[in-house]
Amino acid sequence: MRKLWEKLKKEDHFSQPSGGRRHPNESMLRLTYVVVAVFVGMILYEGWFLAVRREDTINNSYNARLDSFAERVVRGRIVSGDGTVLAETVVGEDGSEIRRYPFGPLFSHVVGYSSMGRTGLEDLAHFYLLSSHVNLIEHTLRELMGEKNMGDTVVTTLDPVLQQTAYDALGDRRGAVVVLEPDTGRVLVMVSKPGFDPNTVAGEWDSLVSADNTSGQLLNRAAQGLYPPGSTFKTVMLLEYIREHPEDYGDFRFDCDGCYEDGEYAIRCYHGNAHGTQTLEEAFANSCNGAFAYLGKQLDAGKLAATAKELLFNSDIPISLPYSRSAYMMGEDADLWERLQTSIGQGRTQISPLHNALLAAAIANGGTLMKPYFIDHIENAGGDRIRGFLPSAYGSLMTAEEAAVLTGMMEKVVAGGTASAVKSDLYTAAAKTGSAEFEAGRETHAWMIGFAPAENPRLAVSVIVEEGGSGGSAAAPIARKIFDAYFSR
Amino acid sequence: MVSLTEFNQNMIQNILHVYVSWTRYVLFLVMAFYTYLNFRYFSVDESRQKRICARQIWLMLFLHLISYSVLYLNTLDPAVAVFYCLQVVFFLCFILVYRAFYPRASRLLVNNMCMLLCVGFIMLTRLSYERAVRQFIIAALSAVVAWIIPAVVRRAGFLSKIPWAYAAVGIFLLAAVCVVGNTSFGAQLSISIGGFSIQPSEFVKILYVLFAAGMLSRSVKLKNVAVTTAAAAVHVLILVLSRDLGSALLFFLTYLFMLYAATSDLRWMGAGLLGGSLAAAAAYQFFSHVQSRVLAWRDPWSDIDNKGYQITQSLFAIGTGSWFGLGLYEGMPRRIPVVEKDFIFAAISEEMGALFALCVLLICLGCFLQFVLLAGRLENMFCKLTAFGLGTMYIVQVFLTVGGVIKFIPSTGVTLPLVSYGGSSLLSTFILFGVIQGLYSMI
Repeated sequence: MRKLWEKLKKEDHFSQPSGGRRHPNESMLRLTYVVVAVFVGMILYEGWFLAVRREDTINNSYNARLDSFAERVVRGRIVSGDGTVLAETVVGEDGSEIRRYPFGPLFSHVVGYSSMGRTGLEDLAHFYLLSSHVNLIEHTLRELMGEKNMGDTVVTTLDPVLQQTAYDALGDRRGAVVVLEPDTGRVLVMVSKPGFDPNTVAGEWDSLVSADNTSGQLLNRAAQGLYPPGSTFKTVMLLEYIREHPEDYGDFRFDCDGCYEDGEYAIRCYHGNAHGTQTLEEAFANSCNGAFAYLGKQLDAGKLAATAKELLFNSDIPISLPYSRSAYMMGEDADLWERLQTSIGQGRTQISPLHNALLAAAIANGGTLMKPYFIDHIENAGGDRIRGFLPSAYGSLMTAEEAAVLTGMMEKVVAGGTASAVKSDLYTAAAKTGSAEFEAGRETHAWMIGFAPAENPRLAVSVIVEEGGSGGSAAAPIARKIFDAYFSR
Repeated sequence: MVSLTEFNQNMIQNILHVYVSWTRYVLFLVMAFYTYLNFRYFSVDESRQKRICARQIWLMLFLHLISYSVLYLNTLDPAVAVFYCLQVVFFLCFILVYRAFYPRASRLLVNNMCMLLCVGFIMLTRLSYERAVRQFIIAALSAVVAWIIPAVVRRAGFLSKIPWAYAAVGIFLLAAVCVVGNTSFGAQLSISIGGFSIQPSEFVKILYVLFAAGMLSRSVKLKNVAVTTAAAAVHVLILVLSRDLGSALLFFLTYLFMLYAATSDLRWMGAGLLGGSLAAAAAYQFFSHVQSRVLAWRDPWSDIDNKGYQITQSLFAIGTGSWFGLGLYEGMPRRIPVVEKDFIFAAISEEMGALFALCVLLICLGCFLQFVLLAGRLENMFCKLTAFGLGTMYIVQVFLTVGGVIKFIPSTGVTLPLVSYGGSSLLSTFILFGVIQGLYSMI
């Protein structure tokens, strides 16, 4: 055999590398390093996927595997930060399971339901609710006995007292309320009316989705509802004006006689009120439409669109619940009428109450938007913490200086303007109201966005009352009740 | 009233479930230890290397036993027990016959082949018993065929002298598939002969490496390299025309690696990469299925019902399985289209755990490192390049399949050698390893 090999060697072509050339082994070694590096990269990627991306990925309605978890796990509870049960599964003697929502319609949209598909937190936290972290021995024993283990408890950021306050304040009117902490993004309140009772949603399903139903109870107006922003949009106009006139915005003057006429068009102030000579601050505080229509004409349409984009119009907003994207449609070639209308938050601009709350929160938080979130942490059924969620910043929507100027202006709205309903000795609020027209001959939608205390904001709110009339008289009192309930603790 | 038998049956189900969930950890530990030994091997002397290999065999048999106990308890099918016994006999025969006839062959590689086959058998039995049996029969036949390969390799000095014959046969076979091949998943991959569907590209792989090794070992002068590159490019082009882009990429990268190993000239490498990038860009422009693959990779979620379905189901499988897996029969791997071929890695990850699956990946990498070490020790340039080329062919294929499954790269539709279901792939991998084992006797 050896001889054969020797022979083979002689006969073979030997193209051994000559003098200067690198030995092939060296090149092969280099390539091997490349291969090993690529594999290490691939393994790290897989580790990253499992450690970071896993839960968001598999918590998907297309992943049927999660549903099979329900065969071995009793769906866990959803509770508020203070431990109040918002949703729980009651297991009967015969092993039948009923999902119970003690507060009925109070949390209908944000907690959602899991009977006819899943919505709200029931969907968002589906994976956690069906994961069980009871201790290993108990887990094993139960499985041996063929009993289900208890799923983990999802502890939310929601505040039942504030939720109830907002819910009651809204009364029978349609609308939505969002309250969150500007410095953390924790969502405390999310109310949408009309709602439904998640306990009985399966039974009432047909009427809820029937074509004759015009109430839209299933729609989460807070995140999915789109409304003209009305005068709340003046915060955006104000920001843009400050950006374009950083030195001399204090010199702005406008003489309001209740109706601003420009060519064939006229922009009227609310109920035709004549505000007289207005500074920028006064025009904002009094929500003077004429002043803002006049101001809007002087702005660069392209830059205004860019600012709107920065403020998350026409963009995704960082939230895991289904939502509608707010729209800012005015192009640089818009005609005069559209420019005037857009300046006062009418026209084709549309915003969701949640988005408006985020704008208020960003102003309150020195320009930095914190990502809104609903799940504070996960506990096992025994109450041991499994994992927590920390606040995280989305990014800066405006500079701290700009936010400070807007805050000052919004304080004036409360101190001597349209949002006097939230003026209190307990706290100093900052706000902007809006009365958005949406259909000729019908009452306007009432808006208010704001936060308190102005010097160190702890709550940001957004309130809309459909066809509520003026923001100051219909929306601001609701915000007032929420602030009062929170700051009197 | 619940009858006693029903109660007992429920109890058995419960115990089985607990058993399965605990075996996951055992399987991972056994696999991890095996994988550790695979790398430990390189840093010990020869006598301890033999001990390591012996220990690996025990570990593999233990892993095999535990897994099949789960498979049997879940199916309660006596055929599974018989199938298990046949596999044990096969593994032992394979190992012993290799030792008897090829004492210089690498025991570590033989072990790794058995381990990868073993993982494949386990997963295929779980997915489809019929296919597992088919796979086993093909493996047994392939083992017999591949058994003579090392003997041929070490006796056949003429192998390095007929590069053009390899190219001619290879190009002919690829062209034949391109013209008369059966289409599956948008690509012409196979031809049917007498009821058997054969994927010639699997075998052309080896011919292609022999061709490139034969040519490049003669001379690395410009003219010779240019001619060789042209012939290699013809292979790749035909594969592109057959829309078998995974194989095209595989052939391309393998040639590039071999060219650099032979010439040590970065300019060739640069030219190759440039050409490859241009070709890739062109393919992206002209082939809609390339675009859809890339789109499905970049954002599978936006088309989850259609183009993104396979990759998202794969990610669900891997993610839901998490580090330790759901346990055999506890997941839903069958929801992934073509799971037993291109996406077997996802099924392993789902039910046996991502850590287990990564061990499989490391074993594949270990095989490649062995190929390279062998290539480094071979004096003869043709043998050196052949060993390195086959190693590259093997590891790039592993990279393409696993990378595609975990969404590291766009999915290219290639199999995981020795693990995935598929006769042609199995036989050609046996031949590939056989050639390598033959080269061991030339050190």
